[in-house]
Amino acid sequence: MAGPGGDMQWCFSQVKGAIDDDVAEEIVSANCKSAEMLRHHTPFWASGTPTSTKAPHCNLVAHCVSAPVGNKGPSECAWTSDIISTVEFNHTGELLATGDKGGRVVIFQQEVENKNLPQFRSEYNVYSTFQSHEPEFDYLKSLEIEEKINKIRWLPQKNAAQFLLSTNDKTIKLWKISERDKRPEGYNLKEEDGRYRDRNSITALRVPVLIPMDLMVEASPRRVFANAHTYHINSVSVNSDYETYLSADDLRINLWNLEITDRSFNIVDIKPANMEELTEVITAAEFHPHQCNTFVYSSSKGTIRLCDMRISALCDKHSKLFEEPENPSNRSFFSEIISSISDVKFSHNGRYVMTRDYLSVKIWDLNMENRPVETYQVHEYLRSKLCSLYENDCIFDKFECCWNGNDSVVMTGSYNNFFRMFDRGQRRDATLEASRENSKPLQVLKPRKVCTGGKRKKDEISVDSLDFNKKILHTAWHPQDNIIAVATINNLYIFQDKVN
Amino acid sequence: MSSTTAMEVNIEARRILAVSISKLYASRTQRGGLRLHRSLLLSLVMKSARDIYHSSRESEAPSGAQSTPEESMDTSSTPELPERQPAPLSQKNSSETAIEESDNKVEDYDLDTTEDKENLSPARQSRKRRGKASAAPDFLPNKRARLEPGEERYAAPLTSCRVGAGESLAILSLNQIIPAF
Repeated sequence: MAGPGGDMQWCFSQVKGAIDDDVAEEIVSANCKSAEMLRHHTPFWASGTPTSTKAPHCNLVAHCVSAPVGNKGPSECAWTSDIISTVEFNHTGELLATGDKGGRVVIFQQEVENKNLPQFRSEYNVYSTFQSHEPEFDYLKSLEIEEKINKIRWLPQKNAAQFLLSTNDKTIKLWKISERDKRPEGYNLKEEDGRYRDRNSITALRVPVLIPMDLMVEASPRRVFANAHTYHINSVSVNSDYETYLSADDLRINLWNLEITDRSFNIVDIKPANMEELTEVITAAEFHPHQCNTFVYSSSKGTIRLCDMRISALCDKHSKLFEEPENPSNRSFFSEIISSISDVKFSHNGRYVMTRDYLSVKIWDLNMENRPVETYQVHEYLRSKLCSLYENDCIFDKFECCWNGNDSVVMTGSYNNFFRMFDRGQRRDATLEASRENSKPLQVLKPRKVCTGGKRKKDEISVDSLDFNKKILHTAWHPQDNIIAVATINNLYIFQDKVN
Repeated sequence: MSSTTAMEVNIEARRILAVSISKLYASRTQRGGLRLHRSLLLSLVMKSARDIYHSSRESEAPSGAQSTPEESMDTSSTPELPERQPAPLSQKNSSETAIEESDNKVEDYDLDTTEDKENLSPARQSRKRRGKASAAPDFLPNKRARLEPGEERYAAPLTSCRVGAGESLAILSLNQIIPAF
């Protein structure tokens, strides 16, 4: 992606979030004891005003009343509730939604004035912030239900309002985000403060007129799809018919109509009659982008199943099974864990499916089931470190992956705030870093390299120096442009390609 | 495989088992409840580690000493057979106690969060109680009342415990962890 000969280079555009995102979850939760405070404070990036500001950064500092975290002073505390848990562009790329661990959704909007100025077209500002999910308690099982937003999916726009689905572990909600830029004024039945005037003093009736006001963006929950999942929801996918969507948990996939909240159809059920025989779970599911009868789901065993809803009501029997036989020389204690697929994404043209497992990204042709057509190693140098990664829980990290608009490049995250891009056509790959050090406006990102052994060159970083607390799990690519959103633990970076 | 390598593998397997057990235990108190996927992966690692641990033990001590640990492991793994005595359990070394502890632990939260009432069978319930009570270390919380001696137990078919030590243990770990959901 970088280098001579007209390859694409990436520039920093914006970062949203606290100054220092060196947050390890357990450190923060140990220091910030008040759960109430964690939930209800405004996330860092939502403190910007909804209207356009020209400031490229949001350098906001939290007010933390608890003990400082690590070496930070008392004013630089980070909150677990600000951990970004999902990032998603809408279908035009004008809006960028993020969900966090505190159950909040923040939507950024592309700056309209800059859209036609190539260097500044990736300026996004806060458009709307709302609390999507609250923590709940399941009294029957004595379990707390986390409010963390697992997935956000936009609906295609049909009218002036925008709609998105957001989900936590158990409940999916359809949110309507609408703008209000006019208000009625001129009531002659009421006083200025809203009190009704004395009837006897009114001699005429005046119709109020709509006058412009400052833009207000309102989010309201239009549908709540609850109580359909016994296990934790990991995916939501809107169908191309724009009427239905699927939601998937560990063992089941349900089909919903967007209008109907009190029932759903179960279309996949892999729960064995005897739970003792359970060997795999569903890890992700997605509808085909054009064929409304087709969807895929991935499993913890590294398989992908393609199902056709026309064949039967219950799609337990797959139409296609995509599986690559394991390389026996790579067998270890942790083979099963690293083969578990953490994300599955159709290409925009619907011909390919991309999967992400712990160490690699694989691209499958829908017409070939026995092996992927392309495999890209994300961080193969970690293969010898699997034991340590198991001990520090990193091996359970679920990385996502994404396609660019024309399916020529795929992107996924890694550790040390690195993210990787693979250009399928040119057979090139790049490692870039999302860090505050590289966050001057329009600064070109320098490619990074991890030294895997032997002599370390000047700019390389050795595997042992990688910071495994800094991970990029969620990335998104603008559907039509070379603008990417990359989420570190609690910062959102926006990059665009270099304009010459 | 040289004995040193077998020893290293053995130690590694035990370490991984210990780490897995502590993760399993820690996941009980995690916010949001037990994660099925994570628990499944942990149980698979434990199964691999246990298989390798036992195969490395076999290669270390191929003589009669093997049969005792195997027998005692069989006891713990198929406690639905009332005729198996808990006496060999006392011969276990610390790693096997750790395995016992893991079984206890998975039992405990197995019992805590059983939601799948239709899958519970009396045979399964009695299997969980049998043999474990005698081996449970005191510091582990034991949330279920122990089955009183003399209460009826169901004997599982003998074929189920003749699959082979490794495999039966493998089935064991999955058996006891997954029904938690």
